[in-house]
Amino acid sequence: MEAVEHSPNTPLEYQTETGRLNILGFWIFLGAEIALFSTLFATYLVLVGRTADGPGPAELFEISGVLIETFLLLTSSFTCGLAIHYMRNHSLKGVFVWIGITLALGLGFLGFEIYEFVHYIHEGAALTTSAYWSAFFVLVGTHGAHVTLGIGWIILILIQLKQRGLTPDTSRKVFISSLYWHFLDVVWIFIFTAVYLYGMVM
Amino acid sequence: MASNNEQTNSHSHFPWSHVVGFGLSIVLTLLALWIGFYSGFSLTTIMVIVVGLALVQATIQLLMFMHITESEDSTVQVGTILYAVFIAVAVVAGTIWVMSFGMHYM
Repeated sequence: MEAVEHSPNTPLEYQTETGRLNILGFWIFLGAEIALFSTLFATYLVLVGRTADGPGPAELFEISGVLIETFLLLTSSFTCGLAIHYMRNHSLKGVFVWIGITLALGLGFLGFEIYEFVHYIHEGAALTTSAYWSAFFVLVGTHGAHVTLGIGWIILILIQLKQRGLTPDTSRKVFISSLYWHFLDVVWIFIFTAVYLYGMVM
Repeated sequence: MASNNEQTNSHSHFPWSHVVGFGLSIVLTLLALWIGFYSGFSLTTIMVIVVGLALVQATIQLLMFMHITESEDSTVQVGTILYAVFIAVAVVAGTIWVMSFGMHYM
């Protein structure tokens, strides 16, 4: 890690007015995302127990799988933060390495989640089984869809980064996608707590 | 336009805030797990504690990973997120409260 001397202390992504406003706009978008997920959490929590004689969460949830998913996503949030740290040290290589690790962990998370969903469906708990499982698949599935979208989006940004290098424009895009990625981990914390932990403890 | 607070200035040092945030997140996750399975508290007590721990962990992510306070727009950023959290709490708590009338909640 080389210590780079550069006169303005402001990170690249904040150096243009557009960059600053885009980042602010993305925070406002994240506020809307919180509202979106809150409606799905509310629906899920109201429908807990409405299993219509189908299997319940306690029978199907497995702590090991949930913990693996949780730590994959948590670690990917950490490595994504390191990528931003290296970006601010003007290390393009550092950004590629740590974003690459982040994407690999994200794909691992998705793999485990898809495996988990397929397993539940085989055990007789599908989207149409009961109100409870409908709410479960919509809430956790919406989060999974966000992760999928995030992986695609970040791959496109990496391609642009390869072509253009670290400019105020590309740095802004990397930074905003990192906010999105951290946000997905924040949502997962609440899914871990309100869906899995609650489902297994009750 | 340059914002000269500590967060933006510290970018050539070792990323301590990230490492500390990561460590705290792991500890909080395992603590929630332990309280859920081994504490022996009632379900209500367990849920109050683990939701509290989740909020702490979310705050750590916002501060240490997402640097919500670093830009010169930080007041607006923090205000937006706090307002969104208020909306989320009102939606979730309000829905559960309204929908639990006339049903014995499981």
